[in-house]
Amino acid sequence: MRRSNVNPDMARLDGKKFSMDKFLTILSFVILIIVVIIPMLMIVYNTFFVDGRFDTTLFTEIILDPANVGAMWNTIKIALLVTVLGTLVGLFFAWLLGRSDIPLKGLMRSMFTIPYMFPPFFGAMAWELLLSPRSGYLNNWLVTTFGLASAPFNINSIGGIVFVELSYYFPFVFMQVVSALERMDPTLEESARIAGAKQWYVIRRITMPLVLPATSAGALLILTSSLSHFGVPAILGFSKKIYTLPTRIYQLISRASGSFQGIREGAALSILLVIVVMLALWLQKAVLKTGSYDIIKGKSMRPMLIKLRGAKIPLLIISFLSLFVIVVVPLLMIVLVGLLRAYGLPLSMENFTLDNFVNLFNHKMVADSVKNSLFLSVASGVIAMFLGVMIAYVINKIRPRGKTALEIISILPYSIPGIVLAIGVILAWSGNLGLNLYNTIWIILVAYIARYVAFSMKSASASLQQVHYSLEDAARSSGATHFESLTDITLPLIRPAMISGFFLIFLPAMRELTTSVLLYGPYTRTLGVAIYSLRSDGYIVDASALAAMTILLIIIVNAIVNAIVKDRKKG
Amino acid sequence: MDQIVLKNVTKNFTTKTLGTVTAVDNLNLTIQKGECFSFLGPSGCGKTTTLRMIAGFEDLTEGEIHLCGRPVSVKSKNLYVPPEERGLGMVFQSFAVWPHLNIFENVAFPLKVRKVDKAQMHERVAKALKHTSLDGMEKVFPGSLSGGQQQRIALARAIVTNPEVMLLDEPLSNLDPKLRESMRFEIKELQKEFNFTIVFVTHDQSEAMALSDRMMVMDMGKVIQVGTPTELYNQPINQFVHKFLGLSTFTYVNIRDGKAYPEGDPENALPVEVPANAESRMIMATRPNQIDMNRTSGYPSEVVKRSFLTNHAEYLVKVGDAVIKIQTPHRNEFAQGETCYLRFPGAMWYAADSEELEAERNRRQLV
Repeated sequence: MRRSNVNPDMARLDGKKFSMDKFLTILSFVILIIVVIIPMLMIVYNTFFVDGRFDTTLFTEIILDPANVGAMWNTIKIALLVTVLGTLVGLFFAWLLGRSDIPLKGLMRSMFTIPYMFPPFFGAMAWELLLSPRSGYLNNWLVTTFGLASAPFNINSIGGIVFVELSYYFPFVFMQVVSALERMDPTLEESARIAGAKQWYVIRRITMPLVLPATSAGALLILTSSLSHFGVPAILGFSKKIYTLPTRIYQLISRASGSFQGIREGAALSILLVIVVMLALWLQKAVLKTGSYDIIKGKSMRPMLIKLRGAKIPLLIISFLSLFVIVVVPLLMIVLVGLLRAYGLPLSMENFTLDNFVNLFNHKMVADSVKNSLFLSVASGVIAMFLGVMIAYVINKIRPRGKTALEIISILPYSIPGIVLAIGVILAWSGNLGLNLYNTIWIILVAYIARYVAFSMKSASASLQQVHYSLEDAARSSGATHFESLTDITLPLIRPAMISGFFLIFLPAMRELTTSVLLYGPYTRTLGVAIYSLRSDGYIVDASALAAMTILLIIIVNAIVNAIVKDRKKG
Repeated sequence: MDQIVLKNVTKNFTTKTLGTVTAVDNLNLTIQKGECFSFLGPSGCGKTTTLRMIAGFEDLTEGEIHLCGRPVSVKSKNLYVPPEERGLGMVFQSFAVWPHLNIFENVAFPLKVRKVDKAQMHERVAKALKHTSLDGMEKVFPGSLSGGQQQRIALARAIVTNPEVMLLDEPLSNLDPKLRESMRFEIKELQKEFNFTIVFVTHDQSEAMALSDRMMVMDMGKVIQVGTPTELYNQPINQFVHKFLGLSTFTYVNIRDGKAYPEGDPENALPVEVPANAESRMIMATRPNQIDMNRTSGYPSEVVKRSFLTNHAEYLVKVGDAVIKIQTPHRNEFAQGETCYLRFPGAMWYAADSEELEAERNRRQLV
């Protein structure tokens, strides 16, 4: 507030005509324009302009193509099913853990966070190994055991895609709602009991409406994630020609093998995808009344837990059974298949070997991909982290006139599907604007920075809001320059947020598939791409072994992060 | 008529860090119909837990509770009536007004769950709103309203069913001091109009004294004293109650040959009557405004510090080793360093609290 209308005297406080504040503001805008705005504009330009003239033929052709329309309906159908079912499942578990007296809550909670750690396409691979109609292990076992005529399950279907996405996305609602329930003032519910309402009535009329904002925030995340999701429909849909918009875009571009026409078609279809996502956002806002209630006040009384009595054991069994299916089964399947001597052999001890894992180290493509992913995750983590801190500082502390625009631009890539961002980056940085990064690792790095800067920006913003401006002023009045007050006071105070910001980027970057699958060149495969290509080339066991290795890597990094975070809390 | 009866009520909590804590210890209490009864005590004394057991939000570890002659919690018979079937009105410290419902819907909620018909519902809500000065605000959502307005909604919601018993859980502590005073008055007016018994919890002694017919002081899960505000103020049963109900001056004294000598001064006895059963070491308690400070007779002392306040003067004077506080009207002025004489009319005598008791009290604050 204080600095919003900077007067000349204030600016002179910095001792320079061109103040550091101004420099940081302009730098933030310039970087975001290069990284985010130009790629987006390139998509629009290349779709609607041919040789500098406005032309909508390509766009109309693309959106009228029945194959694309079919893909659009599939995308919408899948996303709606995943959202509705995921919200129901998430709400059920949130209530169970937040309000009932079910035992083993801590264990269940930590299991619910596991799907967050692994990319959904690992799950898709695992479930295909179990339930593909022709060779799924579970299908085969069911057919032989019960003498069935045909495989009872078909994971290569809309239903299969919905099931796998559901098991990865329901924690979005669960996490939001369970934390809302925990922060909620319990007397809001108690006063309804005193007023004469029965338990179930209180849940319907008081608890549910009050957690509606949290529920709809979680549901929104599911909806947008599912609409732009690439991995699961790519793994499960291609073989049965079930396409969604993201996989269709990928198909258009890879079929044209990098020709400009193919990329333009992809760009046009991307616009359709973005329109669908925006429509979904708008529709959700229109249907669900959002807004947040102030439900976090009063004494920190423990809420009265609802006694499940007779239902306790059955609900416990159901919970653990579903957690086992969602969390344990896919992980186990990946590891077991990774150990097999050859794909198709029964999963028994005598067929297991560690050779696949050893071979991975001798495989040039795999070794490259590990190196590439490590480089990309660390580099994009560090760069996007500092960029995010700078933007957050400009937005929260300098507060220039265009701060809202700055905030919107930095969050934009977060709601734009990764595959769309990839196309924009290709169009912008493969020679059209004089700089050709195509087939190099740098084009992937630029895309990652754009994609993940919102993560660190949000984390740094939240932390900067806690740093009162008087702290920096005190440093200035003690004789520090503006720059010194920044490096000696503000940055150390938000260091925890910077560290967590780095890992918020490092972890998803490690397993990224959607963006890099369009951007990789012969020597710049990432881990995700390597697993994906091994699998589509038929090297199922190698793909599983590499996925298992990635899982191990993610677990180790997570353990390190947790150790750091714990240490900080103690100190 | 006995409205609320608590018999041998005990409640234990078990926490990971502190083990088992007896929040309420063998409590016996009878509250009469129409009374305004308050539970008073420091945080962690068990007053809120007792109220929540009456409301039905906490089960008992032992004992029984009867409301209006009906058993609602009887541990020995495993009888427990849930809160919604106890027919009580309750106002919470945080008001607990539902932000997703407007004022009318908030106040009508208890009638709606009782399936009261539309016409009667409107009539009763209108009456409740009128008595809480909320008429005309039916359609307003409570989110943006002030604490005082939210408090009124909570009151209206509690009286709309005409309950026989109204439970108030620190109802005024979230309001600013001025509003607090006028709300006290409004609550009393509502009680006259709707004729309910009030049980309320507070840690503010002046609030308790202004509102209650009788009050109960609790400490560490036990009842320390029950009585009218005057009884408790003038005849506190121990040092704790004395201190809790107003400004107190405590002086450690040694008793020798039936005379009381302040600690650190074996020469001058205090001009007081020592109780017959006094032990060798006692605490003499007085109120700072009841000490007589004069220039003629009494215990010889010296003014250490004088502060001039708006309504009275405050002196710190020496009594043996100790320095005690005295409040006097302005007409009686002493200079710093001046010699003065003290008399202690209405002094009370207590055995000193042990240190273990103090440690236990501190431990309970953490629960």
